[in-house]
Amino acid sequence: MAMDGGQSGGQEIIRFDGVSKFFGDFRALNGVDFTARAGERIVVCGPSGSGKSTLIRCINGLETHDAGKITVDGTALDGGRRALSKVRREVGMVFQQFNLFPHLTVMENLMLGPVRGRGLPEAEARALAMRYLARVRIPEQADKYPRHLSGGQQQRVAIARSLCMEPRIMLFDEPTSALDPEMISEVLDVMVELAQTGMTMVVVTHEMGFARKVADRMVFMDHGEIVETGPPEQVFANPQSRRCRDFLAKILNH
Amino acid sequence: MTRIALLAVILLLGGCSADWGWYVVNPQTPAGQTNLIFLLGGLKYTILMSVTAIAISVVLGLVVALPGLSSRRGLRMASRGYVELVRAVPVLVLILWVYYGLPQVSGLTIGVFWAGVIALALSDSAFEAEIFRAGIQSIAKGQYEAAYSVSLSHTDTMRFVILPQALRRILPALGNQLVYMLKMSSLVSVIGMQDLTRRANELVVTEYRPLEIYTILVLEYLLLILLVSAGVRWLERRMQTDAQG
Ligand SMILES: Nc1ncnc2c1ncn2[C@@H]1O[C@H](COP(=O)(O)OP(=O)(O)OP(=O)(O)O)[C@@H](O)[C@H]1O
Ligand SMILES: [Mg+2]
Repeated sequence: MAMDGGQSGGQEIIRFDGVSKFFGDFRALNGVDFTARAGERIVVCGPSGSGKSTLIRCINGLETHDAGKITVDGTALDGGRRALSKVRREVGMVFQQFNLFPHLTVMENLMLGPVRGRGLPEAEARALAMRYLARVRIPEQADKYPRHLSGGQQQRVAIARSLCMEPRIMLFDEPTSALDPEMISEVLDVMVELAQTGMTMVVVTHEMGFARKVADRMVFMDHGEIVETGPPEQVFANPQSRRCRDFLAKILNH
Repeated sequence: MTRIALLAVILLLGGCSADWGWYVVNPQTPAGQTNLIFLLGGLKYTILMSVTAIAISVVLGLVVALPGLSSRRGLRMASRGYVELVRAVPVLVLILWVYYGLPQVSGLTIGVFWAGVIALALSDSAFEAEIFRAGIQSIAKGQYEAAYSVSLSHTDTMRFVILPQALRRILPALGNQLVYMLKMSSLVSVIGMQDLTRRANELVVTEYRPLEIYTILVLEYLLLILLVSAGVRWLERRMQTDAQG
């Protein structure tokens, strides 16, 4: 909590030192070193099963790592509860399957975290929710249940739900992969706008147009390792590794 | 409903034959009326006892189910142990033990009603626990993850996200348990509870018309349970439309 909001560009906000993660005998992350600076927009890509989800899920402690060190916003994720809740307080997450709460209205979905997680009074939480719903451009859907919204609208609600926690970091795990093609852009547009506010973002996606437009840095993963990282122009134009070149060729040509 | 009608017709036809003696419960004679009122009076106790017992057993079941889902082995074992133990004891045996045994162990005097309620609730709580466990386990992992990522504690996650959804899913199963409870409550008649079954038994002893009186008893349970089943279905539908806005 050294810096609060503002243009703190440059300060290190996520740091992985030699992080490994096992599922049984399977090594999903293999000694990963990774850093993100405040305000940085990082796009993570790589083949299926390469460990992209595992990497970002380690950032907010949805997965626990087995070796190495993870520090988020000055707090080391050491397996302790206090560290975990401190980190989760600063990190929002958007999932591929939206994971909205189906028994709650959109407004209730948005207010639950602020009221129960942050301890805001209801009125304040409601105003906050309305503000972020307007920002994802669906204020008129506040009283509907998630199942009555389109996929694109649901994912925008999910983004607003995370933003209501006013996090310093936003994680996205393939936010458009479950969407019909015609709804992808409405979600990406919201994410582009979010990037313009200076939010630190780590985005797992294969939307290379988004990466080109928004990413400060690309991270290419394979077999639980970060194989290559660099600015998108460089990675796209001149990938250093063969695996990255093959992968990009595949997704860009299809 | 057509089935009850059919049964009623068969019984009425039976009433015409010489073997039946419906006079014992003929509402047009004073004696028959008294008997009928006596029999129906048991309804109050059957319902009161079952509803009290199910309310307690649902709460108890949840209290048993939650540690069963813990990551701590000791808690899981304790929950498992409770369920296995309670399920292994026949309801009738539990009723007898609570009524005759528990007062001696605890030094408390326990009336027939509460002995019945405690025994029924204990016995049912094991099944409720299993229902809750299955219901909670049916909720997708993503719901927990979304709740955690908006900074909800585990307790709040259960309370506001997981349990409300689980409860909707297990509602039909809870309804079935209530039906089961209404039926099981007839066993409490052995310790003298004035429920439907006990009253039928007592009347048989004085009137010597077991066929008619027990037929009435069958109809009483049948009607009661069909009504409850319809109520549960109505509740289910209502909760579904609620969730749909
Ligand atoms: N809970 C789990 N239990 C066992 N294995 C797992 C688990 N979660 C992930 N894995 C395995 O770890 C590896 C990395 O998974 P991860 O989900 O991080 O890949 P990914 O790069 O996100 O892939 P995708 O593009 O398919 O989402 C995969 O081989 C996967 O099968
Ligand atoms: Mg993934």
